[in-house]
Amino acid sequence: MSETTLFGLGASALVGLGLYGFVIHPEPLRKLLAFNLLVSGVFLLFGVIARRGAAVGMGGDPIPQALVITGIVVAFAGSALAVGLLLRLGQKTGRATLRDVPSPPGDGTTS
Amino acid sequence: MTIAVTIAWAFDALLAATVLAVALWTIVTRETFAAVVGFVAFGLLVALVWVRLAAPDVAMVEAAIGGGVTGVLLLGAAARLRGVEAATAAEWPGKTLRLVTGALCAAVAAALAATMLLLPDPAPTLAPEAAANLASTGVGNPITGVLMAFRGLDTLLEKVVLVLALIGVWSLAQDSQWGGLPGPQRQAQPDQSLVFLARLLPPVGIVIGVYLLWTGADEPGGAFQGGALLAAMWLLAMMAGLAAPPPVGSRRLRLVLVAGPAVFVAIGLAGFALADAFLAYPQAYAKPLIIVIEIALMLSIAATLALLVAGPPERMPPR
Amino acid sequence: MPEPVAVSTPGGALLVWALMFPAAGALFALALGGRHAERVVLALMPVGLGLAVAIAARVLRADAALVYVVGGWAPPLGIALRADGLSAAMMITTAVVICATGLFARAEFQTPQGLPEARAPLAFWALLLGLWGALNAVLVGDDLFNLFVALELLTFAAVPLVCLDGRADTLAAALRYLLFALLGSALYLLGAALLFGAYGTLDIVLLSDRVRAEPAAWTAGTLITVGLLAKSALFPLHLWLPPAHAGAPAPASAVLSALVVKGAFILIVRLWFDVMPGLLTNAAAQVLAALGAAAIVFGSVLALRQARLKMLVAYSTVAQIGYLFLMFPLAAGSAGPASLGAWTGGLLQAISHACAKAAMFMAAGLIAQALGHDRIAGLGGIARALPVTVFAFGLGGLSLMGLPPSGGFVAKWLLLSAAIDTGQWWWALVIVAGGLLTGAYLFRVLTPALTGGEAFLPPPAPVARSREAVVLALALISMLLGLLPLASFGLVQVGRADMGVTP
Repeated sequence: MSETTLFGLGASALVGLGLYGFVIHPEPLRKLLAFNLLVSGVFLLFGVIARRGAAVGMGGDPIPQALVITGIVVAFAGSALAVGLLLRLGQKTGRATLRDVPSPPGDGTTS
Repeated sequence: MTIAVTIAWAFDALLAATVLAVALWTIVTRETFAAVVGFVAFGLLVALVWVRLAAPDVAMVEAAIGGGVTGVLLLGAAARLRGVEAATAAEWPGKTLRLVTGALCAAVAAALAATMLLLPDPAPTLAPEAAANLASTGVGNPITGVLMAFRGLDTLLEKVVLVLALIGVWSLAQDSQWGGLPGPQRQAQPDQSLVFLARLLPPVGIVIGVYLLWTGADEPGGAFQGGALLAAMWLLAMMAGLAAPPPVGSRRLRLVLVAGPAVFVAIGLAGFALADAFLAYPQAYAKPLIIVIEIALMLSIAATLALLVAGPPERMPPR
Repeated sequence: MPEPVAVSTPGGALLVWALMFPAAGALFALALGGRHAERVVLALMPVGLGLAVAIAARVLRADAALVYVVGGWAPPLGIALRADGLSAAMMITTAVVICATGLFARAEFQTPQGLPEARAPLAFWALLLGLWGALNAVLVGDDLFNLFVALELLTFAAVPLVCLDGRADTLAAALRYLLFALLGSALYLLGAALLFGAYGTLDIVLLSDRVRAEPAAWTAGTLITVGLLAKSALFPLHLWLPPAHAGAPAPASAVLSALVVKGAFILIVRLWFDVMPGLLTNAAAQVLAALGAAAIVFGSVLALRQARLKMLVAYSTVAQIGYLFLMFPLAAGSAGPASLGAWTGGLLQAISHACAKAAMFMAAGLIAQALGHDRIAGLGGIARALPVTVFAFGLGGLSLMGLPPSGGFVAKWLLLSAAIDTGQWWWALVIVAGGLLTGAYLFRVLTPALTGGEAFLPPPAPVARSREAVVLALALISMLLGLLPLASFGLVQVGRADMGVTP
């Protein structure tokens, strides 16, 4: 089994793990952790594809590698926004989950 | 197979197994803080995998942003959520639902693995085309060439994504705290070892960060890696209380934040006049222009990443 | 046969400006801050509208898509931008709805006197520009990874708008929305990775040339579709939408329901009609449309049961999105002229729903502002206090219901004809049933509003005439879309060379 196949299988397993963790955990912070595992798996898949495209003296196809760099930054931005929302929600409700958040006051809301 | 190849393969197998083991632990462990620590370890291990995949640029970004800055972000979140009520047992899905989900996810993973094994061989690759066109961009590092020249629009849009995410995080503040300082009240006496590190590391880190930017034109490195390192140094100084976070209403801060994407957009639009296309570089000035853009980008990335971790403003600056 | 090589067409540079003006505007808004953010948006609104019209005019005149090769680097190495009739029509809709939203929101998001800057106004105006840029990027992008970044931009601009008022329930709704969206993005990226691994490019035009009917393509297509379904809130992945769209401030709800959910839908259309034409099996298309039908039924029934007006309108969005997915079995395949009609009908539904739903959310916002609440039970007789607003709400609703001469009517008529022509009469039943259910929840609101008797205590707060005018204008647009001669719908058909040709 070549190294690309090895890491490719690892990346697939990582995707499955991340997906499982995302669906199972009730707490948003754990879901976020699982999401980061999931996208790491996706990026590793890109990396395996890049490695398979090694040619003309380069260790790997540069296009997918550049896509992964962009993707890592974008995923971080998403995590930062999610953490901001989560912390604010924790401050307001004192709970770390999304269930049983108090519904709006009975007379509806303005706007 | 030679001995070296066997050892390399064994190392790869061990690495892959360890990565999966740590990932599994991160998912199943009960305590949230432990899971986050596991995730940081995971990030660093994945950086090693990137080195084994012959992608040092990506390894640096993964270590700095994927493991490092994201790790700080999530550790801070886990720490602040410690006092908050965790999920009750009733909110966890039942046994059958977990089994079904597990089976579905295993099926997805299997489908992925099968598809990956069936990918065409020899693999379609853009490396020859990238190598052939790299000379006209003036840079020697093909990744920099892709990020700054071939697929510059992706990088530009990604910078706008970062700025918008920061605006979104800032918008979570309370109305009364708007314009104030990000981050919670620091304890009066930060840990002495932290202060020591914060005095020692930032000068070194800044030099290395700038070096990474400069060398990224021809060797592995670049604006993202340098910017992430600078962001980490600034965060360290802020956490140790040696540097005050800037108020979010500060005009100077805003200018630094938008400088990167603004310079990129300006030079891109100038490409209409100078080189016949948006985001095209005139042959003679390609490398200097790219360096200029990267410098501006690095500063903006450093500021944006650090402020994304710092969070929305939570206190007003002392009068 | 040699592969198509992308070449910039005349007028292609307009596509670049369509991306750059909102991006630069958002940067200006943040840097200048304060009340300048609002002024930047107002100054850019005519620019954006003009650009969208110019692009549409060029596309129509050339009867072909506009293409721009960014940086001179042609795909597969570089990125191309491409605007066909679908893009142009949706860009105009985006510009119109965002301009109306901007005008409507001025009263609500003004920086208070005496303060150099306030949180909600700055965030709203900057995020609105980001949203506009993201939508344009989704519409003109021709590279799957570029579209991924555009989708993320769209999500990060939309999510903070949901919880702009800072309440706990809207924060929870925003977080749930973000989590669904992140999952969708991850699945989308996974599919894109497989496509790159199999075909060596992410450019849509090149992919359409290289894609074959093989497991890699199907797996990738499924993953991308499921990811995008989560973002477009199709049943059963719709759970995040009602609290998010109902909890946002009225102008934000308008943009979210009218435009943001359509972004992901447009990409699903691009995937199955542009990237992988011919790969959509009939079974898969029927499944998509079945989910759409379920959305129509569930969404409408749940709308009937809501106590709050904004929640009713949000569930109406869930239902109306279902109509869009009826397009797949009716327009895919070589069904001849019927497929062209279904294509036009589906997009017309998207356009007219955008205008009608925006008008309805804005009207609900005005009603809530006047009364201090938006309970449907307390709406009796509001038509006497806010006649223009209720009239606009009614017009929007009638367009959704499919009353002639509204755009909704023409859309449903085209879809109905296609269903009957292709022998898929069961979708015709769904369309008719959907119209009846829409009428039911619409009249649940309008009947007490128009006929209720009691006086209001305290008396309703006054509502600015200009705001009512904006709402009415949007509702009239959706109502009168059907009056345009059928030939003018040729815009959405530009670029569909493979349709309408009898095999």
